[in-house]
Parts: sequence; structure tokens; C-alpha cells
Amino acid sequence: MTAQILTQLVVLVLAIALGLELISRVPALLHTPLMSATNAIHGIVVVGALVIVLTADDTLTTVIGLVAVFFGAVNVVGGFVVTNRMLEMFRGGRRRG
Amino acid sequence: MTLGTGTTLAYLAAVALFIFGIRLLRSPQTARAGNVVAAFGMLIAFVVTFLEWEADALTLGLIAAVTAAGSLVGAVTARRVPMTSMPQFVAAFNGVGGGAAALIAFSEFYELQQAGHANVVIVVMIFLAIVIGAVSFSGSAIAFVKLEELALGGSVTFPLQKVVNAGVFVLALAGGGYVLAGGPAPVAVAAGVLALALLLGILLVIPIGGADMPIVISLLNAFTGLAAAASGFALGNFVLVVAGALVGASGTILTYLMSGALGRPLSKILFGAVAATGTGAAAEAGEKPVTSGSPEDVAATLAYDADSIIFVPGYGLAVAQAQGAMADLMRTLEAQGKDVRFAIHPVAGRMPGHMNVLLAEAEVPAEKMYDLESINDEFDATDAVVIVGANDVVNPVAREDGDNPIAGMPILNADHAKRVVIVKRSLSPGFAGIDNPLFYDQERTTMLFSDAKAGLEGVTQAVKNQG
Repeated sequence: MTAQILTQLVVLVLAIALGLELISRVPALLHTPLMSATNAIHGIVVVGALVIVLTADDTLTTVIGLVAVFFGAVNVVGGFVVTNRMLEMFRGGRRRG
Repeated sequence: MTLGTGTTLAYLAAVALFIFGIRLLRSPQTARAGNVVAAFGMLIAFVVTFLEWEADALTLGLIAAVTAAGSLVGAVTARRVPMTSMPQFVAAFNGVGGGAAALIAFSEFYELQQAGHANVVIVVMIFLAIVIGAVSFSGSAIAFVKLEELALGGSVTFPLQKVVNAGVFVLALAGGGYVLAGGPAPVAVAAGVLALALLLGILLVIPIGGADMPIVISLLNAFTGLAAAASGFALGNFVLVVAGALVGASGTILTYLMSGALGRPLSKILFGAVAATGTGAAAEAGEKPVTSGSPEDVAATLAYDADSIIFVPGYGLAVAQAQGAMADLMRTLEAQGKDVRFAIHPVAGRMPGHMNVLLAEAEVPAEKMYDLESINDEFDATDAVVIVGANDVVNPVAREDGDNPIAGMPILNADHAKRVVIVKRSLSPGFAGIDNPLFYDQERTTMLFSDAKAGLEGVTQAVKNQG
């Protein structure tokens, strides 16, 4: 357990460093789509919610997990679809130009 | 819990796709592909989770039903939302994600208590996920209510606000400390902490005015990422840790960039300056003379006195949904052989890049949109600037040293152009709360007092009539 926690800490720190590096090079023009896309990516909580439901031993946990699955699904699908809509417009603008 | 090899590799692939997707989002040409790549990563992570844990038909059926319902709500909302309302819907999608993270952490805590053993680091992560996720959930809900203009307009304050906020925060911390120390009834206390965090999210966002809301949404986006990472930590699931940390980091950078561009330190937005600025300067604003004009006056200036024109769209244009009217004026002027460009301040609109999205929706070609660095030297050689619904981002006061709220903020050099037209409802200051000397430059500036949309339509019509 402790070894796993240490590994996770390493992963966490490296992921944060990578995130800072990736984002600081995005032009301001794309900040809103980027915010929306990353918003969809943190919808990864839907996977955590799935794990809760799939491993639940009692009704309370199952219900809480299912609510979380619903929230997560809204987050993921809404986030990616709205980002796609925004980016479609950029493409449209360029084509007509 | 230890993941199987296949699941681990599939999660790794999902994480790689997220990183690659964000990388593709760095350029307008590949951004759309980047979004699809990230979505594909999400699909992989979702599907392989079912391979790792077996479940009975009832559970699978419930999951399928709930996932379908959530996806439908998300997809329908995302398709219907008008582009001007997008910030509040990003807030809403963000809020439910934060809520999910808090619920995951809470139920994991409940399970660990049933099992009777929990590592200290895990419990700390669980409480982080509960508090940050719940703050993001209720804070985003308040941001949504404010931006949709349902209630709580402006800055809502009450006596001893900061003391109350600090008190709630300390209580929530004390709850976490109590559980770590091994006190009785830990699950009930955790539920109490969840409730306190929900209250804290509300209290933190109600005093923040509409114009600062994008920064708050960006911050809450980062919060949800961190909550997702913390809940992933608690579950021992690295795909949540990595994806959450990526978003936490990106949201933090974005928030920092936004507040920096506005010359508003984050601490000031969140904890101070509530309705404190602006009254003094605003009070005397009406007394100085300005040159005010009709749409016909503006049309005459643009038609006879200008060959090169730069449009400066601002927050007011987004609020009035006048991007289509601005694009119409562009096309009308271009039909008369004028050179029209758009100067977009980093924080124009309601979020960074939001103005680009709005103008793209109105079919303004992307190559006509210039950012601050690439157009600021061009204003000197420009005949006319049309500023619509913007104020602080063209306020020359920002160039002066001193203690004014926007000192040092990068601004567009609109005051360097030969003629300036400002379409604005009134002389009221922007949210920085300071007067703009450009309004009172009677030689150079014509004020068209109007709603952004009606004003631009009036000018377009007048240009057509003259042409």
C-alpha cells in the first residue's frame, strides 16, 4: 500500500509538471476551447464513479456512485461537445476567409 | 487496489491520448482533432473499466441507464447553448464534475470505514477531494446563477463576510483533523465537512461581480481537476490522478494568465476590493464634456474619413450579443474598399479567447483577428478605431505609473489612431472602476451612446445609405 502511494505521489507531481508545461504554450486565441476541453478531461471522474459502483457492497454506496456517474457523464459529454462546437467555428471562419 | 495489466496499459493509452490531445489544442489548425483525440482517450478509459471489475446484470443496467441519461443531458445542453452563454455552461459542466469527485471521495471514505482501516495519506486525499470538489460544485452553481442572471446580480456582501468564510473553512479543516485523529462517528463528520464545503463554495463566489466571473470559472476548473486527482489517489486509480493533475495545472496557469492580463491579482478578486473602487471616479464622470454623435455621424467618419479601420470588441459586445452586427458592419465597410481588422485584447469577452469564438460564430475570418502584440504598433497608422463595449482594455491610464487599479495592465493603443469611435451605453467606468480619459478627448473621440447591437446596426444602415 505504501509503495503504491509513493508511486502515485511521483505520478501526481510529474503530471502537474507536464500540465504546466503543456498549457503555458497555448495561444490566447485558444484559451477558451482549451479551458472547455480540459473541463471535459476532468470528467475522467466518471471512471472513478464507475469503480465505486462496480465495487460497491451496499445500496448507499451504489446510489452515491450512480449519482456520480450521472454527473461525470454530463461533464464528459457536455464538455467535449461544446468544445467541438467552438472549434468548428474556427474552422468555418478560416474556410470562408 | 492493484489494476490488471491490460487495464493499466489501456489507462496508460488514455492518458497518452489526453496529453497528445491537449498538445494538438495548441494550434487552431489541429485543435479540433485534439478535442476528438482526448474524447477517444476518455472512451477507452471508460470501457476498459468494465473489464477490470465484474458486475451483475442489474448493476450494468443501472450504469448504462444513468450514463445514457447523463450523456443525453450533456449533449443536448451543449448543442443548444448559445455561444454567448457558453461561460456559464462551462461552469455548469465543471460543477457537476466537482460534485462527482466529492461524492466518489465520500463513498470511498465510507467503504474504508466499513473495512476498518485507512492510510493517513489516503484519508487526507479523501478530505481534499471532498472539500475541493464540493467548493467547485456549489461555487460553479453560483457562477451559473450569476451569469445566467437568474439571481444574485453584482456583488453580494454582508457584514463580517471574511470572518464567516474563514470560520467555515476552519470548521471544515477541524472536521478533517478530527477524523484523522480517530474520533467517533467519522462518516457523519465527513458528511458535515461536505456540507460545510458546499456552503463555503457559495460564500466564496457570491461577492464576486460578473466581469470577474471568468477568472473564477477558470479557478474552479482547476479545482475540479485537483479534486479528481485527489479522488483518484484515494481510489488508487492513476488515470484519474494524471488527468486530474493535468487539468489542475492547466487551470491554474490559465487563471494566472487571465488575472495577470486584467491587472487584478487573484487575491484581490477573491478576498478584497469588493465594491470598494469606482464610486469616486464614477460620480464626477458625467460632468466633463464629451463629443457625442449619432450613427450617421459615425458612418460619415468611417465612410469619408477612414481607409484603415480597427474594431475593438469588448465585454459589452458579448453581453449585447452584437458580434453578428459587428460582422455586418465589417462586410459593409469592406464592400466599400475599406481595410477592416479586429484587435482582440487577451481578456476581451467573458473568457480568454471567448471573443474569437464569438466573432468566428459571426463568420469573421480568423486571419482578421489580431492579438494585442501583433496589432498594437499598427494603431498609429490607422485612420479610425471603433471600440464597442470595451473600456479598461483601451484606457491609457494603464500606461501611467501609480496606484490606479489597472496600472501596468497591457492595453490596446486605440488612442494612437487618428479617430476613435466608442459605442457604449454610458460613460460609466468599466469594472476596474476608473474613468477613461479617452472618452473626453473631444478632438479625437466620438461617443455613440447606445446598446452595442442597436448602435452597430444603426451605423451599418447609415453607411449603406451613404454608399
